[in-house]
Amino acid sequence: MTQAIARRDEAPLDAVALYTFTGLAAFAALLATAFTKDPSFRFHGYVMLTAFIVAFLALTAALGSNRLRSDQTRYADGVIRAGVIATMFWAIAGLAAGALIASQLSWPRIFYFPDAPWLNFGRLRPLHTSAVIFAFGGNALIATSFYVVQRTCRARLAGGVWPWFVFWGYQLFIVLAATGYMAGITQSREYAEPEWYVDIWLTIVWVAYLLVFLGTIWKRKEPHIYVANWFYLAFIVTIAILHLINNAAVPVGLLEAKSYSAFSGVQDALVQWWYGHNAVGFFLTAGFLGMMYYFVPKRVDRPVYSYRLSIVHFWSLIFIYIWAGPHHLHYTALPQWAQTLGMTFSIMLWMPSWGGMINGLMTLSGAWDKLRTDPVVRMMVVAIAFYGMATFEGPLMSIRAVNALSHYTDWTIGHVHSGALGWVGFISFGAIYCMVPWLWKKDRLYSNQLVEWHFWIATTGILLYIAAMWVSGIMEGLMWREYTPQGYLANAFVETVAAKHIENVIRTVGGLMYLSGAVIMAYNLWRTVRLPGVVSTTSSPAAPPMPALAAAE
Amino acid sequence: MSGLTYETVARFAQQGGTVFFGLMFFCGLIYALWPRHKQAFQRLAQLPLEDDEAPHV
Repeated sequence: MTQAIARRDEAPLDAVALYTFTGLAAFAALLATAFTKDPSFRFHGYVMLTAFIVAFLALTAALGSNRLRSDQTRYADGVIRAGVIATMFWAIAGLAAGALIASQLSWPRIFYFPDAPWLNFGRLRPLHTSAVIFAFGGNALIATSFYVVQRTCRARLAGGVWPWFVFWGYQLFIVLAATGYMAGITQSREYAEPEWYVDIWLTIVWVAYLLVFLGTIWKRKEPHIYVANWFYLAFIVTIAILHLINNAAVPVGLLEAKSYSAFSGVQDALVQWWYGHNAVGFFLTAGFLGMMYYFVPKRVDRPVYSYRLSIVHFWSLIFIYIWAGPHHLHYTALPQWAQTLGMTFSIMLWMPSWGGMINGLMTLSGAWDKLRTDPVVRMMVVAIAFYGMATFEGPLMSIRAVNALSHYTDWTIGHVHSGALGWVGFISFGAIYCMVPWLWKKDRLYSNQLVEWHFWIATTGILLYIAAMWVSGIMEGLMWREYTPQGYLANAFVETVAAKHIENVIRTVGGLMYLSGAVIMAYNLWRTVRLPGVVSTTSSPAAPPMPALAAAE
Repeated sequence: MSGLTYETVARFAQQGGTVFFGLMFFCGLIYALWPRHKQAFQRLAQLPLEDDEAPHV
């Protein structure tokens, strides 16, 4: 008994802080759940209460042991392994949701469920976008950023157990967001649907993430901050600012789920698309460029083609991206000068985007043969090629005259998916294929042949998807603007929907192929983890020593 | 207060912003192209290759 108390007294400060925080959070959730009259709010109160109690009990059990003490001579890899598993889980969930809603569009007679409103297209579509962007992409970013920042700073993650808080707190955010959408709890802001209390929870998690990342950079043994960390840091900081401003809202009551935006009218629309486009620029681009700048050189064993270019790439990208949002509001009540500003900055983005693409591709100089021999390298190179293609297409679509045709059509959906499936998906898959053998101490992947299958099935799927969306998008855009000689619109909206049936079916097939690729990958990774480990010189093969620590000092 | 109109605020934001961000970008450019930094950048380009903690595929 006394021994247990003595041990508990020795518990590290970060763990005690987290323990206290979890206890207080559980108490707050209990009160909110008990006193609210809003059934939606109570439902989420129960979810949070359960999560906090489980965390509190787990910490209670762990505090008595030595498990929460962090060994500063080793990298914190456990949280990254968890992140990789979460990434693959959410990838399959998010892609499956996408395949389901694509089927709903293709075969509404079969996949429309009048008795199950939570499976309605209107609720599942934000579930799909948030699952792939924030659950799959977000977990991939958090896991790889934790991996990269430790290796390039030669320091263990700061904050002791708090990286685990970031991981689990983020999963709780995903669960709250997803269950909220299905239950109809939404503030109807694109990519920012969760209501105010979920936004506050994400803010807490995100600040912890920022502090862990900054703290690790702070105690780095390497004098310089490697460029990948700049990209990751820009992603974390900018998302924090975007999230706070876009979600400024007034709740109907402190114990009610519903809230109203602090902005109104066109200002509200501008804030929303300033947020929305920078979610693309800083979440789906800057963070994944950080991934590219570490995993591509590492995998092909060649230095970054031009480190100078990477610096210019970074500063020009973040200076320009932040202004591009108004191109989502062409021909609206937004003043035309603001539309033109958004369009001009979007076109300027060609330069940093293609500079970055060239830098990534040319890193293969002297190792182009790996494109043939290593399917993981091929996957990352195709990702960079899709990055180049999507960032060429985007500025084109931001031009007001082109936007007049493309806006609100499937062309936009196709564009987003060439970026999301091609760039974000493939660079993440490539990074995970790299990391899994490194993290689980295996000398290889279970099967390169399965990576080949994944690569070709998924690539064909993307091509089917985007080609179908180009056709249907341009077709419906033309049909919408077609007039009869008398000056009436030639087509009813439902006729343009009916005309897209074949393209919708092709899109569904493409999406299913991409999903199959991810399932093959998950199987391959699972078998990789189960491979016999390589012989390690350290006593604990789970956590590697940091060989360069002493040398760098 | 009469001086603080929409036009003056907009002009300050538009022109001042252009000059400020332009200068910031040029500072970044000068930093990237400064000859003395070349050596550090060449080493940094190799940074991901330096940590050999685990056998790679």
